[in-house]
Amino acid sequence: MLSKRIIPCLDVRDGKLTKGVKFKGNVDIGDPVESARHYYEQGADEIVFYDITASSEGRGIFLDVVEKVASQIFIPFSVGGGINTLEDMRAVLLAGAEKVSVNSGAVKNPDVISQGAAAFGAQCVVLGMDVKRVPKSEAIPSGFEVVIHGGRKPTGLDAVDWARTGEALGAGEICLNSIDADGTKEGYDLELTRTIVQSVRIPVIASGGAGNPQHMAEAFTKAGASAALIASIVHYGEYTISGVKEHIAAQGVKMRMVW
Amino acid sequence: MLAILKYRAGNQTSVRRALDSLGIANTITADPDELAAAQGVIFPGVGAAGTAMEDLVGGGLDSVLKSLIWQEKPLLGICVGCQILLDYSEENDTKALAVIPGECRLFNPAWTEDEAGKTPIKVPHMGWNSVSLVQDCELFAGIDPRSEFYFVHSYYPAPAEQYVIGQTTYGRPFCSVHGRRGLWAVQFHPEKSGRPGLQLLANFAAYCREVANAQ
Repeated sequence: MLSKRIIPCLDVRDGKLTKGVKFKGNVDIGDPVESARHYYEQGADEIVFYDITASSEGRGIFLDVVEKVASQIFIPFSVGGGINTLEDMRAVLLAGAEKVSVNSGAVKNPDVISQGAAAFGAQCVVLGMDVKRVPKSEAIPSGFEVVIHGGRKPTGLDAVDWARTGEALGAGEICLNSIDADGTKEGYDLELTRTIVQSVRIPVIASGGAGNPQHMAEAFTKAGASAALIASIVHYGEYTISGVKEHIAAQGVKMRMVW
Repeated sequence: MLAILKYRAGNQTSVRRALDSLGIANTITADPDELAAAQGVIFPGVGAAGTAMEDLVGGGLDSVLKSLIWQEKPLLGICVGCQILLDYSEENDTKALAVIPGECRLFNPAWTEDEAGKTPIKVPHMGWNSVSLVQDCELFAGIDPRSEFYFVHSYYPAPAEQYVIGQTTYGRPFCSVHGRRGLWAVQFHPEKSGRPGLQLLANFAAYCREVANAQ
């Protein structure tokens, strides 16, 4: 049986973590490669790097980071942020990433999903979706709207429609981030997650709102997510990946442990 | 020295990075002489079986691979490389290398994950899953039997029963490791499976060295 996945997410700007990661002894690590290596050893099932660099110079530094990660970490990792074209995808995959995540770029140009799937395989293409709750309407019947630019810009797209479109275009997976829950530490938006899980056949990664291991367990048991994305609760040393996994496994959810 | 077979449908660089991290000398090559000189050959593969076979046949590599196998050169097939060692794959209706009897079939999306039969399996089978050995296999020496490996595939190998080495359950049990001593095929990606995957690659390299030293 497939294990549910725990995926730490690291934000990178100009080749450095935007917030240092604290590990045992409160050592603050700003190096994304070293942090990723630490999570790898703790039993992370995948790692996501999100590049928030604006400049093209920073972009080059980021690709160096991806290459270093690929030579030290032997689990799949994905890269997102600023991926707009097939060439952007190719660059990060060639640098050694397993998967590439498209978000705003796919809203502006949905063809990039099908182009990426045709060129590299559907398993490489993750559709990242930022979603916000809105009043139900004819245009947004689910009450969940896709937003872009870090949640600042509404798109008029219903999240259910967009998820199905992304799947039809060839996305292999959806990373579903709730803008409302993000940063609250009060748990994932389970209703949103369940809605999208039930609308598509591809795996859905729940994102936004994890405050404790129980939140992750609920994303699996109550909403049917295939994976849970986490950030601050492990970055600040509050929990370890292995501790989180033990807690979730105790509830009968299959977790991969490091033996 | 291990050779990683160079052809278009291979994920050679990730295999090379894993071998490099283990300090195992390796080269990515399609040159028949270099392949023959190597202690063992790793045959990776990504994408569709049909395209992979076309690439192999187009480069004349199908006969090169077969003659290496006849000469008992140790070989490890990975993912699509594992699948096309069989006779046939349902994917693109592909006639494959026919080195090991059997075929490769599409996961049936009607299979369910849970015994209650409520949750249909998602295809591709993507993520971490365990392998239970039905035959002793030195590739797994020193690997905890509870270890899991990283899989990404929509088709699964179904070799003749005596070639089944390990099984994985996804909806139903399927063969995830097959072959015979010295000719092994794994459906998962050892190069992306953390420490147990690296151990498997190290075990393969050790076997190749042993065979080479005995000659």
